[in-house]
Amino acid sequence: MPFIEAEHLVKTFHVSEREPGIGGALRGLFHRRGREVRALDGVSFAIREGEMLGYIGPNGAGKSTTVKVLGGILVPDSGTCTVMGRVPWKDRVAHVRTIGAVFGQRTQLWWGLPVVESFDLLRDIYGVAAAEHARVLAELVEVLELGPLLSTPVRQLSLGQRMRCDLAASLLHSPRILFLDEPTIGLDAPAKLAVRDFLRKLNREKGVTVLLTTHDLDDIEALCERVLLINHGRILHDGTLADLRRRVTGEKRVVLDLADDGRDVSDPDATVIRREGKRIHLSFDPTRVTASALISRLTANHPVRDLTVENPPIEEIIARIYKDTAA
Amino acid sequence: MRPVFAIFSARFRGLLQYRAAALAGLATQFFWGLIRLMIFDAFYRSSTAPQPMDYAQVAVYIWLGQAFFALLPQWMDGEIQESLRSGTVAYEMLRPVGLYELWFARNLASRTAPVILRAVPLLAIAIPFLGLGLPASWTAAGAFCVAMVAAALLSAAIATLMTTTLLWTVSGEGIWQLLALTMWLFSGTLIPLPFFPEWLQPLVNALPFRGLMDVPFRIWSGHIPPSAVLPNLASVACWTAVIIGMGRLLIARGTRKLVVQGG
Repeated sequence: MPFIEAEHLVKTFHVSEREPGIGGALRGLFHRRGREVRALDGVSFAIREGEMLGYIGPNGAGKSTTVKVLGGILVPDSGTCTVMGRVPWKDRVAHVRTIGAVFGQRTQLWWGLPVVESFDLLRDIYGVAAAEHARVLAELVEVLELGPLLSTPVRQLSLGQRMRCDLAASLLHSPRILFLDEPTIGLDAPAKLAVRDFLRKLNREKGVTVLLTTHDLDDIEALCERVLLINHGRILHDGTLADLRRRVTGEKRVVLDLADDGRDVSDPDATVIRREGKRIHLSFDPTRVTASALISRLTANHPVRDLTVENPPIEEIIARIYKDTAA
Repeated sequence: MRPVFAIFSARFRGLLQYRAAALAGLATQFFWGLIRLMIFDAFYRSSTAPQPMDYAQVAVYIWLGQAFFALLPQWMDGEIQESLRSGTVAYEMLRPVGLYELWFARNLASRTAPVILRAVPLLAIAIPFLGLGLPASWTAAGAFCVAMVAAALLSAAIATLMTTTLLWTVSGEGIWQLLALTMWLFSGTLIPLPFFPEWLQPLVNALPFRGLMDVPFRIWSGHIPPSAVLPNLASVACWTAVIIGMGRLLIARGTRKLVVQGG
């Protein structure tokens, strides 16, 4: 049996609607209108123990709903789901002991208390033995560099500090599974890197299974081998990021830095897609022309100072998929 | 029990930080206490008819009412409301503790912590200087302590029941305001309950609210004699059990339909 398994999950929400303006408000007093939104429309997947899975999709695609079902907070309308052999919403208390969660935009720490008191509170809530708690906490304090933060009230932490503390809070009861919802949102570059390093270590060294929901594709590229893409409640892709890229487009890019403004740059096998002063972006199909042939032609005909070959940015690819699947 | 106690104690400690609020509350309680006492003083001087309580018992009733005013479940715990509004409640539902126990512990803390900050200094001043008499006997003092614990549990039970309505209404201020009015009237906060007309007494005695103030205060002054303490406390305990049961039922129903919005 897979570690986490979801089969044909369906969840429908009712969204209230009313016409704008005072007339609409008055009509709304007598006549309630609304429509059904399918947040999950037959979602199925299986996750092995120790995987680090990226879960992406536009806003409102069904990501959070999936996580809430897996966490036992929401009961799906139909479909089945097991996490470590348990049905989350039926065996909630036993289930939640095995999972941890960080919702990047919300904190689980107690606003008015010093960080360490939130940690003590979580120890008592999960019933972790004192010695075990001290050991786990010491480890987290070292890896996440929390030492100087422990006695600070949560409201006085910076976002990056708070996120490190939130990560520690979610791991105090040594969960086997960690749900992360945008753990790097709003963080500056060093803080992002610190969070990513920590997650990588956690996954490799402790074997914690991680489900990472994010809009930051750099997070996914840095951390996840496998990506689930969801839109309109359906899984559109389940595989590596490279597969996803190939599925949408096989094209590659050449970026040239020229000595002149390169007005005359053109090639039968490549198309100019963007000009930024003396920098020119070209796109080509590697099945029609090899990169080396194209580069030698371009360098022979133009005063090229520097060049790079790259994949189209992942954001562009995702945006294309979102657009293609828009209903 | 350990998680519930831990949540209680964390919230309690958090609330003990609000010294300025306690000081302001204390000043207000003194002010209102003196005014109410003056009104009753004038009333006793001008009236010759026999009254249901003597003046010393009224003074006890009023000062204890001022000291324990914050115990009334008259506003909801801000953190719980915020957690429902913002969706942080999702974290609470990921804990291996029932939502009812979690909310009950928080409500108990947010009812009792402010009271302790206000009641201790108020009693310390009102007993020697403002005519608040000592408990009628050692038995009365002991029974008063038990009745105050019962009052705190009843208050937390009512607050938690009210909190569960947030699962349906999100803001819920309206229902709290209705409750606050009813409660002030029928707990004895506005006028000591023995002063209510005879025909209203059966209703007053049947409602749960007198357990919050009237019962403990009259035990202190001896207006409820030691022989009548047990039946009074039993009725408070029954109501507390019923209200806890209702709260649990509503949470069980509400969480089945709860929708935590957004990502």
